[in-house]
Amino acid sequence: MADFLINTVGLPEWLAWTITAFVAAALILNVIAGGALVFIWAERKIAARIQDRLGPTRTGGRFGWLQSLADGIKLLAKEDLMPEGADGMLFRLAPYISFCASFCAFIALPFAFDFVGQRLNVGVFFVVAVLGLEVFGVILAGYASASKWSLFGAMREAAQVVSYEVPLGMCVVVPVMLAGSMDLVTIAEKQAGWITNWYLFHDPFTFVIFWVYVTCAVASVNRAPFDLAEAESELVAGFHTEYSGLRWSFFFMAEYGSMFLVSALAALLFLGGWNGPIPVATLAGLSEGTGDTANYFVRLIGCGNLLLKATLGVLLMMWVRWTLPRLRIDQVMTTCLKYCTPIAAAMFAGAMLWQLAFPGGVVRGLSRPAGEIREGWLEGPGGLSPGRREPVPQVGAAGGMESQEVVQVVP
Amino acid sequence: MMTTVLASVMPVAAINWHSVLFLLFAAVACACAVAVVLAENVVRMAFYLVLSLAATAGLFFLAGAEFVGAMQLMIYVGGTLVLLVFGVMLTAQAPFVAIKTSSSDRVLAGMVGAALLAVLLQAAFRVEPWRRPATAAVAAPAATPIGMALLGVRADEPAAGVPAAAVRSGYLLPFEIVSIHLLVVLVGAAYLARAKRRRTPRAIDVAASSVGPVVTARQAARSSASALVSGGGR
Repeated sequence: MADFLINTVGLPEWLAWTITAFVAAALILNVIAGGALVFIWAERKIAARIQDRLGPTRTGGRFGWLQSLADGIKLLAKEDLMPEGADGMLFRLAPYISFCASFCAFIALPFAFDFVGQRLNVGVFFVVAVLGLEVFGVILAGYASASKWSLFGAMREAAQVVSYEVPLGMCVVVPVMLAGSMDLVTIAEKQAGWITNWYLFHDPFTFVIFWVYVTCAVASVNRAPFDLAEAESELVAGFHTEYSGLRWSFFFMAEYGSMFLVSALAALLFLGGWNGPIPVATLAGLSEGTGDTANYFVRLIGCGNLLLKATLGVLLMMWVRWTLPRLRIDQVMTTCLKYCTPIAAAMFAGAMLWQLAFPGGVVRGLSRPAGEIREGWLEGPGGLSPGRREPVPQVGAAGGMESQEVVQVVP
Repeated sequence: MMTTVLASVMPVAAINWHSVLFLLFAAVACACAVAVVLAENVVRMAFYLVLSLAATAGLFFLAGAEFVGAMQLMIYVGGTLVLLVFGVMLTAQAPFVAIKTSSSDRVLAGMVGAALLAVLLQAAFRVEPWRRPATAAVAAPAATPIGMALLGVRADEPAAGVPAAAVRSGYLLPFEIVSIHLLVVLVGAAYLARAKRRRTPRAIDVAASSVGPVVTARQAARSSASALVSGGGR
């Protein structure tokens, strides 16, 4: 877009970059805020249905569509309170820290082939690292509130998040290993083709580890049954007991943003990213390369695909929340240390051995995606000569379909 | 033509975003580092430290070293998280515990800091003139070479005079040594933090044994009572 502004519109470079940055930031912000509105409404409806109620029915027509908006207006109008003994600066800053962490992770999240705020070659790593920072806001909120409920909630959250980062990291490593890249765009691009190419169906180990990832993801965003930081039946409202109004809503936007983020990450890592189960575009002769209006349309559909998958993930989390009871803190720790971590480690080793024994997944030869090659820059002409210093070609990143004639080495 | 029109309209000189962002991040990092020293509350200190380290990560991202930046976020900022937790746990009983540094500590710290600053300044000014590289060093910076080097395959060029075989071995040995070291630390920490082995019998045994004497005492009392009764009867 910056190139378009510079070359076609003729803006100076610095202004073009500024506008581009603001547009991208606004889009991401809208994904989070708009997503939160929709998801809060969905959560109310789903919770109601699971509990055999109707949920909101009157606000804004038949299904209570505008309930979230009404809530938002109410929150804006609410009085902003701060406890007397609170640490003012930290109390005020904490919600924004949570929200910023959630927002920053979205920067590296691709929504379709070229729809990404900032494409990082260590995208997965960046997203996981930034996601772990959200807990800062929670701990600061718990501390600064000068309330024992808040402090209890924050301490539980700290223990939980620090523990669950370990199995979560192990789960994330498996798709990275299969794709041979930490670039989220590359990882999703390698799963192009039929549904069998998704890493979920790559081998039995990845199938198991996906569910471990789901468990850890739910725990890392503090959703029930892992919502010990809030635990409204024990700790009033946990770390946000003392918050009200807009600050409180920032915590909620951060939570729903993180839910969407881990779901989108699951979709990118295991569920084929923006690739549908059937490669309609490829069958129709379109490719995802840059350029054409048709290709742009394909990418738009891909974006829809990813949003759909991520939304399904969020709905799954809601279903789990209203179905399972909350775990005790020792049960949470047991789940993490005695089950998730060993299973993730074993599955990681298993996936590695599987890759060694049967390179190429369960269903081989059925529409392999192009660019199915790892470390093309090592295996290419010249091999492992230590004198090579060429720019590393982005295998599979330059558009999966076009790179077919460039590298086609069966691993 | 459009460009010239716009350029004439725009009174502001072109902004070099790279420099602006660099200055911004650097200023945040420095200001927060000073704030860490000046703050008196442990939690606030940790908070400023987090900000400072995060701004440093921002500098890494700005320099295109994304892997190092993410590492900075993961390790340093994440590590400070634990510090923060400890700070909260230590000061939760009495909020706003002020930590005053004694003046002798201030003098010592000042001396060490000044010495370090002198070394760094000297090193900084001895670097060849700061300039923008003519072309980007690597067209597409990737973390893959780093990972491969850790596994023992290095793709970069050996320095002059170094035999190629020495370079080919990569960083596998140092990597393994560090890993083993960390593992030892982990095991040691688990050993130190474990629940202490019980010298006394298990709780249920204690309960059983404590029940025992009571029973015997009761029996003794009963027998003595019966003895008394029988004695009285005699």
